[in-house]
Amino acid sequence: MKLTQLLTTAALALGLATGAMAQDKLKVGFVYVGPVGDGGWTYEHDKGRQAIEAEFGDKVETVFVESVPEGPDAERVMTQMALDGAGLIFTTSFGYMDPTINVAAKFPDVKFEHATGYKRADNVSTYSARFYEGRAIQGHIAGNMTESNIVGYIGSYPIPEVIRGINSAFIHARKVNPDVEFKIVWAYTWFDPAKEADAAKVLIEQGADVILQHTDSTAPLAAAAEAGNIIGFGQASDMSEYADGPRVSSIIDDWAPYYIARTRAVMDGTWTSTDTWDGIGPGMVGIGEITDKVPAEVKAEALAMKDAIAAGEYHPFTGPLNKQDGSVWLAEGEVADDGTLLGMDFYVEGIEGTIPN
Amino acid sequence: MLKLEKRPQPSQTWIYLAPVVAVIATMIAGGALFAALGKDPLVAIRTIFWDPLFSEFAFFYRPQLLVKGAPLVLIAIGLSLGFRAGIWNIGAEGQYIVGALTGAGVGLAFYPLEGWFIFPLMVLGGALGGWAWAMIPAVLRVKFGTNEILVSLMLVYVAEQLLASMSLGLMKNPQGFGFPGSRNLQQYPSAHNAELIAGSGMHWGVVAALIAVVFAYVLLTRHILGFHIRLTGEAPRAARFAGVNPGRLVLICLGLAGAMAGLAGLFEVSGPAGRVSIDFNVGYGFTAIIVAFLGRLHPLGIALAGLLMALTYIGGEIAQSRLGLPAAAIQMFQGMLLFFLLAVDLMTNYRLRLTKREVA
Repeated sequence: MKLTQLLTTAALALGLATGAMAQDKLKVGFVYVGPVGDGGWTYEHDKGRQAIEAEFGDKVETVFVESVPEGPDAERVMTQMALDGAGLIFTTSFGYMDPTINVAAKFPDVKFEHATGYKRADNVSTYSARFYEGRAIQGHIAGNMTESNIVGYIGSYPIPEVIRGINSAFIHARKVNPDVEFKIVWAYTWFDPAKEADAAKVLIEQGADVILQHTDSTAPLAAAAEAGNIIGFGQASDMSEYADGPRVSSIIDDWAPYYIARTRAVMDGTWTSTDTWDGIGPGMVGIGEITDKVPAEVKAEALAMKDAIAAGEYHPFTGPLNKQDGSVWLAEGEVADDGTLLGMDFYVEGIEGTIPN
Repeated sequence: MLKLEKRPQPSQTWIYLAPVVAVIATMIAGGALFAALGKDPLVAIRTIFWDPLFSEFAFFYRPQLLVKGAPLVLIAIGLSLGFRAGIWNIGAEGQYIVGALTGAGVGLAFYPLEGWFIFPLMVLGGALGGWAWAMIPAVLRVKFGTNEILVSLMLVYVAEQLLASMSLGLMKNPQGFGFPGSRNLQQYPSAHNAELIAGSGMHWGVVAALIAVVFAYVLLTRHILGFHIRLTGEAPRAARFAGVNPGRLVLICLGLAGAMAGLAGLFEVSGPAGRVSIDFNVGYGFTAIIVAFLGRLHPLGIALAGLLMALTYIGGEIAQSRLGLPAAAIQMFQGMLLFFLLAVDLMTNYRLRLTKREVA
């Protein structure tokens, strides 16, 4: 018998077995790319998992495997969860995309939710957050706060999501401070405290007094605290342990409302394959408390921008905006479409340097 | 008083007993660790060692042992040749990456052409890529006397940067919406290292690992080169008198190890992994060092050790998911295995003696 047949038979048998149990318990699996204690990306996904348990109590059982490499290992972990009777599996890293699609094809009755990808199937949904909305607020604060007019930016990988964040932060920093410049360092990692700290130190040596990061550890904040007189922001998680030091605000990924809604949909039998890209409005992106280091009026402006974005009155990518080479991207009042944003591979006018390729 | 006394000859019994004792000691210490975490140690040990092989879903896990074990065995066999001769290639991870890049590069260059010759060319490309990357520390050592441990290790980080650059640039999937990573070779039949029998886990990488085991066994026991390798490791002075050319041996050992690591990378990227991506490498090149020593640098031992390591990975994942054990506990458990092996190894070369306290 072929493996797919075997698996389908097993899944069917399980489907029957769990079908009987389904009334009392849904098993929800999570595949994490980092350790749950990373303080950033995976930590927030795990908080979402705990929120499911808190919401549904005895009606759910959640399981997770952490630090799963992207590729065949992820495929095996997902298969194992499906074999063990999971009815819903969240795969929380971009690199799990093809494995998720492969495993989902073998288990048509199991629902899959893949974070930040673009491949869907009848039983695979995708979801991501509009982090760039938070970046706009960050850029506004950074532009106001910098005295050296140099903002350091630690990029992970030059992919659309990260480039979008850089552009959004830069546009809003320039708006309030025409002299501001961005220095960008690529760390080529999502989570490597040593590399992230090195990147922060390099930027500080080059005169940056504001550090923005698109990597997941607290190491850049620790480096900023050590250097003194530097401000930074929490990334993915609030990182409030640095609130007395460099951290003045943060972008928080809040997956809990989405995770609870999707779990409920599976329980109700109303789950369908969808593509979700939510921002501040629905609460998927949160802005951590802005500390007193930020002047009151800047804080008020930042919060006003947050409210405007949440209400849908303001889009962070609103024209007039030019691309780096000076060509027109968005005319006066024009708003960027999601397709362009999802594939963003260019800097906006004013950012120096090129995107590594 | 207990006293350690050097044995005149390494104990034959302990050479074979040590890995078994190490595994048992790991189970005991690991069980204590799991108990301290509030889990039933017997259930945890059973989940890791028994369930992948004999549980309800073993039909899925058994083939996975081959998938996970094959690259470990292939790389470890290559490394063991050098290790026996005292040539320390620590950079198999880099050679694995470069082999995957060159091999996948050959395949991607032919896309979308179909032809029987594409996969063999990719295999050749993968082996050459790994070989070339290993030649850097080899030539530097032979010509300038640099330390191959440092150079090969440093080149791992260079290879990782190369991998990131390729995933983001040259090899990026033109239809990938700007996301990093190459085309999926699993969807390109001529370049796909598919399972030879569906559901068996057997792909060309597993076949290559088996061939490597036989090849290394014959080389070490029947061939003059194998004799030279063993001689150089055991008695370097005697080897020099016997006319062994140390430079040539460095080139051969590092070259073979590099080519095998490159092959492992190619079989992985064209099969189970499917695509070149930034996080393609998951540490097989480093784990293979443990496998090589766990297997006593002996080809058959390495094959068994590779399967054992694969078992702890797969069982470890099941334990995480079913019992909620943290990943760090599983990693500690794997680390214990090497730790105990090295500790027990002492018994191969030394023995414990009870001595009377001497009167002053």
